[in-house]
Amino acid sequence: MLTLTCPCCGVIAEETEFAPGGEAHLKRFGPGSSDDEFEGYLFARKNPKGVHFERWRHAYGCGKWFLAARDTNTLEVFATYKAQTTEPPADVIAKIKAKRPDWEGYK
Amino acid sequence: MSEAVSALSGQTHEGFVTVSEAGLVGMISIRSDLEAKGLAKALKAEGLPVPGARRIETVDGRSIAWMSPDELLLICAHDEAPALTARLAEALAADHALVVNVSDARAMFTIRGDKADQVVMKLSPADIATLPEGEIRRSRTAQVAAAFWRSGESEISLISFRSVAGYVMGLLEVSAREGSDLF
Repeated sequence: MLTLTCPCCGVIAEETEFAPGGEAHLKRFGPGSSDDEFEGYLFARKNPKGVHFERWRHAYGCGKWFLAARDTNTLEVFATYKAQTTEPPADVIAKIKAKRPDWEGYK
Repeated sequence: MSEAVSALSGQTHEGFVTVSEAGLVGMISIRSDLEAKGLAKALKAEGLPVPGARRIETVDGRSIAWMSPDELLLICAHDEAPALTARLAEALAADHALVVNVSDARAMFTIRGDKADQVVMKLSPADIATLPEGEIRRSRTAQVAAAFWRSGESEISLISFRSVAGYVMGLLEVSAREGSDLF
């Protein structure tokens, strides 16, 4: 079972209390972007076996969006952090590197 | 003026604990920056504190609960709610805040008895055994959103939306049936 800690209200809850929001840290390509960029923004998603950054919403709790860094293979959650972040914070990266020394890094 | 009626008119079921719909309860939803001075002042004028994260504070029969980083729920007497809403809205007029009387959009239930915890344990993924006194937990009961807290010795209060009150009462009644206690 996936257990997440909501960084907005501090509640530790299991997966069914949350709603998944797909991959985190996407850069939006809107009007004026090239067709390739727009297609990538709409459809191209990472699907790693291992470290992944995701958006989650505490749907049955405080209702806030947040981001989570977790391992899709072991369901280990490295960190959860606020949604107003455009790329993984340094402390989250450090935590992942400490636990997964062979992780190739974000991007 | 029409007569106010609660969702299930105080329906009660006896099992290994007693579950009942709490009848008419006033509830006021306040959305605001919880750090804002204006909010603290407006609530202080009513004798209420701004609760800390996940806390529920009770003062003179009124409770104020922390619902999310920008939302509070004030629980009061049903007939007091409209005037209280108006007073708070007036006090917060200059702030970026919203005060709404949601009394008739919610239902409240009381689970009373030594094994009250177990009734909710069976329905919610939340860790009820470690739920401290004075903390409100927003979670779900089976398929619907609910919030609950320890409102007294061997007593849990639970809030749901009024539209699902019948469903929640059904859940609680089955969960509290004689002989179905867990330990």
